[in-house]
Amino acid sequence: MTVKLSANDLTLIRGESCLFKDLSFTLNAGELLVLEGQNGSGKTSLIRAILGMINFESGEVLWNDIPIDKQRQEFHGSLIWLSHRTGLKKDLTLQENLNFECALRSKLDVDQSQILKKLNIFQLKNLPLRFMSAGQQRRAALDRMLLFDAPLWLLDEPFTNLDDKGRDIVLDLINLHLSKGGICVIAAHQEFDINASKIKVTL
Amino acid sequence: MTVVKNDKPNIFDAFIGIIRREFLLTWKKPGNSLNPLFFFMIVCTLFPLAVGPSPEQLILNGPGILWVAALLATLLSLNSMFASDFEDGSLDQLLISFQPLPVLVLGKIFSHWLVNGLPLVLISPFLAMTYRMPIEILGILMLTLLLGTICLSFLGSIGAALTVGLNKGNTLLSLLILPLAMPILVLGANTVSLATKNEFYATGIWALAGYAVAALSLFPYATAAALRINNE
Repeated sequence: MTVKLSANDLTLIRGESCLFKDLSFTLNAGELLVLEGQNGSGKTSLIRAILGMINFESGEVLWNDIPIDKQRQEFHGSLIWLSHRTGLKKDLTLQENLNFECALRSKLDVDQSQILKKLNIFQLKNLPLRFMSAGQQRRAALDRMLLFDAPLWLLDEPFTNLDDKGRDIVLDLINLHLSKGGICVIAAHQEFDINASKIKVTL
Repeated sequence: MTVVKNDKPNIFDAFIGIIRREFLLTWKKPGNSLNPLFFFMIVCTLFPLAVGPSPEQLILNGPGILWVAALLATLLSLNSMFASDFEDGSLDQLLISFQPLPVLVLGKIFSHWLVNGLPLVLISPFLAMTYRMPIEILGILMLTLLLGTICLSFLGSIGAALTVGLNKGNTLLSLLILPLAMPILVLGANTVSLATKNEFYATGIWALAGYAVAALSLFPYATAAALRINNE
């Protein structure tokens, strides 16, 4: 199934300031949207609004040509979101966190330990997240990208806290995802290099 | 997107999954659920010291004191229902999960009741005996508290969802929930005092049970809606 994410004339106002006005884009399978802008320019707000957590002043977001508020559950079922916070419980071990995540999203038929080895966190599997470094916690959050079946990836500053190797892993994953016909939205203020048809939006 | 075989978790998986997670968290950090329990026990011990230990007075005031203490203890535990999920971002992940939010919320409230409400119910007969409550009343006290704590957990979840992420949310939560909890308190405490006076008391129990059923079936939707509004 090919997928499509499009936005028509989005306007978002937070408090007194208008973050963006009449923003439109269309992403087809295999395309990448890069959100650029200074801190506070509304990158995270745009992602949260695409997710349906913030209401737009005007305009609408369509997933496969159907407005997302008409199919919230299907839409949420076909995406993963990497936010600033890991979304994992610090008191639980990585394995326990993963067990819970698997109850929330549909899992790919993949070997979990292979994924953890690829992210270089396999040996930390039974350690509570509290005892991991910020980068290791970030890697733990990344396993969502490998573990779950989701054509749409929304990545908010995916390179934060990662070392060069971690950065390369993320770039590889994104390239692979796009080549398989997925869609990716990245908010980043760092430069990065991905070979795919790219749309840039500067907020 | 290439089609790969995958297993879609169903609603039941989500419900069990969230209960298992909450239990693990309580197991690793028991403080959060022990606090309300100790609070309950201490408040119940303080009253006889302040109002005097005469048997007539204890029997007369016992049901009311036990019930108010249980109400306040539950209130104390409510703030933690969504607070840590909000801080580490896992609430966000719940909000965008493929599973229906009311089911996840139901699991959270149910496990909150199991680790915070149920211990109060189980310890209440021992505290009631210090108030010289007759043995045959203890069952009724436990039944009313069982239904009452369920009602309070569900009612409180709405307040907890509305105040999550606010500074000083705890005070606001009390102000929001306490007036709404009054009917539960009136029904519960009066049922027990009617029973100690050998009068007809079943009405209160039926009313509490009705409240609990309504809360169980309706309030998770309200709490889910409150979480969505609050996360804007």
